[in-house]
Amino acid sequence: MPTSVSLDVNGRVVTVEVDDPGMPLLYALRDNLQLKGPRFGCGLGQCGTCAVLLDDEPVLACEISLTKAANKKVVTLEGLGSPEKPSPVQQAFIDEQAAQCGYCLNGMIIHATALLAKTMNPTIPEIKKALADDLCRCGTHLRIIRAVQRAARRA
Amino acid sequence: MLDFVSTRRDVLRTGGALVVAFTFADAALPALAESSSSRKTVESDEVDGFLSIDADGRVTVYSGKVDLGTGLRTALTQIAAEELDVSLDRVGLIQGDTELTPDQGPTWASLSIQIGGMRIRQAAATARKALVEMAAARLGVLATELRIEDGLIKGGDKSISYAELVGGGSFSLKIDKDVPVKDPTSYTIAGKSVPRLDIPSKVTGRFTYMQDFRIEGMLHGRVIRPLAIGARLESVDETSLNGIPGLIKVVREGNFLGVVATTEWGAIQATRKLKATWSNWEGLPEQARLWDYVRATKINSDKVTANVGDSTKALRDAPKHISATYDFAIHTHGSIGPSCAVVEINQGKITCWSASQGTHRLRRQLAAMMDVPLDNVHCLFIEGSGCYGRNGHEDAAGDAALLSRAVGGKPVRVQWMRADEHGWDPKGPPILVDLRAGVNDEGGIIAWESEFFVPGDGLAPMSLVAATLAAVPPTPITEPYRYGNPDIMTTNSAIPYTFPNIKTVAHLLAETPFRWSWVRSPGRLQNAFANECFVDELAAFVGADPLDFRLSHLNDPRGAELLRRLASLAKWEQRRSPRKSHQNDVVAGRGISYAKDFPSPTYVGAVADIEVDRRSGEIRVQRFFVVHDCGQVINPDGVRNQIEGNIIQTLSRTLKEELLFDRSAVTSLHWATYPILTFPEVPDVIIELVDRPTAKPSGAGEPAAAVVPAAVSNAVFDALGVRLRSVPFTPAKVLAAIESSARRPSREL
Repeated sequence: MPTSVSLDVNGRVVTVEVDDPGMPLLYALRDNLQLKGPRFGCGLGQCGTCAVLLDDEPVLACEISLTKAANKKVVTLEGLGSPEKPSPVQQAFIDEQAAQCGYCLNGMIIHATALLAKTMNPTIPEIKKALADDLCRCGTHLRIIRAVQRAARRA
Repeated sequence: MLDFVSTRRDVLRTGGALVVAFTFADAALPALAESSSSRKTVESDEVDGFLSIDADGRVTVYSGKVDLGTGLRTALTQIAAEELDVSLDRVGLIQGDTELTPDQGPTWASLSIQIGGMRIRQAAATARKALVEMAAARLGVLATELRIEDGLIKGGDKSISYAELVGGGSFSLKIDKDVPVKDPTSYTIAGKSVPRLDIPSKVTGRFTYMQDFRIEGMLHGRVIRPLAIGARLESVDETSLNGIPGLIKVVREGNFLGVVATTEWGAIQATRKLKATWSNWEGLPEQARLWDYVRATKINSDKVTANVGDSTKALRDAPKHISATYDFAIHTHGSIGPSCAVVEINQGKITCWSASQGTHRLRRQLAAMMDVPLDNVHCLFIEGSGCYGRNGHEDAAGDAALLSRAVGGKPVRVQWMRADEHGWDPKGPPILVDLRAGVNDEGGIIAWESEFFVPGDGLAPMSLVAATLAAVPPTPITEPYRYGNPDIMTTNSAIPYTFPNIKTVAHLLAETPFRWSWVRSPGRLQNAFANECFVDELAAFVGADPLDFRLSHLNDPRGAELLRRLASLAKWEQRRSPRKSHQNDVVAGRGISYAKDFPSPTYVGAVADIEVDRRSGEIRVQRFFVVHDCGQVINPDGVRNQIEGNIIQTLSRTLKEELLFDRSAVTSLHWATYPILTFPEVPDVIIELVDRPTAKPSGAGEPAAAVVPAAVSNAVFDALGVRLRSVPFTPAKVLAAIESSARRPSREL
């Protein structure tokens, strides 16, 4: 039986029709709302690529059900900025050329954004700790750390 | 928007050729839209195979080599823009589309710039020469008096643009291999650190990866793999899926099992709930006896990769001997985004979108598997999660083809789950190396012998999982030509050093436990690991400084220069290893490693600074110094990015990675059981690029990987005086090596 769930995503209230309101938020964002920022990486909460901000806190969209996300503010990578107007963290990633395949960057940028919202000038160990659960297979870590440092300086 | 045109309307407008184009200006190029009735040539000896110029003067480059996350798109765009004398924002790139791009072989072996890019350079230079000649005739000015500014050819007070000369038309010219190319010292685009074209859209969630690709009417497929690799599907209880919303079909062909549903979540739930029974199968070797298995594997043939003097006699005569065996674990390819593909079949024509690194080859495989003529298959590349050489993208395409056929050809997207990827992606093969050397009374190395146990025929296509499970009779794939060395796994087995007697032999094995991957620097990495550690063993044996020892046996000025620059970069202090022992719990060490990495060759050397905790066995790598010489550099920052990636990814493989399996299947099915390096563990990487603008470019995507494991192993030896000869260097292996060393006389290595 299809169910309607109301979501607040990137500042817009939208309704999605789903068969199972227990479905992870990730699939509603990707399939119902056609968003591409939150990515499927493992579906097990192990890699970080699906991260979104939920009421300003980073959560893994593969682990949280649609029901639990309803009535909370969801912000995805798209909601932070656009190619024309990137957020300070996104701009710092561009400036540092902090990407190889870039598939993991959603988790990196969401977690870095959450870190910088709370910690003005994080040390390198603090940055590493904040991103410790975000996996990158290409080995872009050093550029990502530099990008977060750059974003912190700019903030 | 940096994105591709992907609606049905566009498919129709371009006569079936879905155009995937990227440009600096973030506009999808309407390439070929006006010429939909005639097929574009994909001949690799034709200028038109690689280039077109439209009526607005915009250039489209057609590349058979594809960007696997390396930044290749940007570098190829730079090469074409430079050679054609147009600005970067006039150039778009289409990659890996079997109806538009020439077959340049798969994207492998770090050949994309040195082979693929140089072909594009020749095509562009041929086009440029032809354009200048046309302009000379049209303007009535001598060709030698013409100059080009951003696609405008000027002479005296006259000018004519590329668009006016050929806009929308074709060149109909063979590529001239001997055509004069621009003097690299005049470059303004190539050789510069141009920002990558894809990053703004990647960091803002606008980039369309393969995993994001959607088309109208698309259904969602998932596969259910056998519980044991060779198991037989005995029964399927479809009633177990009663009540799954949107379920369309359970698809069974032989041992291939999948589901198709209208929604992705429906398909996932179906795979979780479907009850199927499988036969037992225990055909894998016992993991604890893996190296016995490798040693006992049938050898198809031997390849002697170096033979100097008479090593047998020299070893027999040598007063002192040293020998060692090295092994390198099986690795999962482990892309962060599991493999994904979409296939639709319309009136017998198969269209396949995937992140395949070899779409022309995949096309041949799909035609064989689906038993249709080659002309009925069209494969298009869409960039996916990072691929380091043969992951599961082609297999996902095979899965999608079977599922699409089962639902009347409707488009089906197959997204592998994490366990599908870890369980069934191709694996870096296990490699075993025996080495021995003879030393004379003066401490001179008089003989070096080595034997490498490696898989044979490294370039052959890997059978698609779907074809194997569905028991499709194998159809030989006829490849029009082969690229590179089929004995790819033997590369770097010969050594770059001069000893009077050398024999290096690769035993090409008939089989390896799992379908195997070319995961970054295949063979080259494992072979260089053994060689560079054993060279270090010899240096220690004769009491020489490890850097001096290498230099004194190197008859290659370019390599010697690289090592001297490395010594300077790392502030190398001359001394023998191990350093003076002290009894601290945490001991520092520094190790060096060098490779003239074939087939490029790219010269690369590294110094690793590490600490090892003798109580826990934990190795912490603090920094890597790397000097890298890949000849002409197209995009220096792109090369640095690749070097950093090579070091960190290979350090992950060196310290942590090992596939786990039982007699039936892979058991390390996710990141908790197959951990990789995380942020707190990454070292600093300090890089010096040797730029040789007038030299030929060689590879940068893999060579720096080759020096990583040996640099770490040699650093551990420097710290503790114990040798790590088995990758990964887990704490347990470090502790075992310490204990074993304590039980043996110190002089015995």
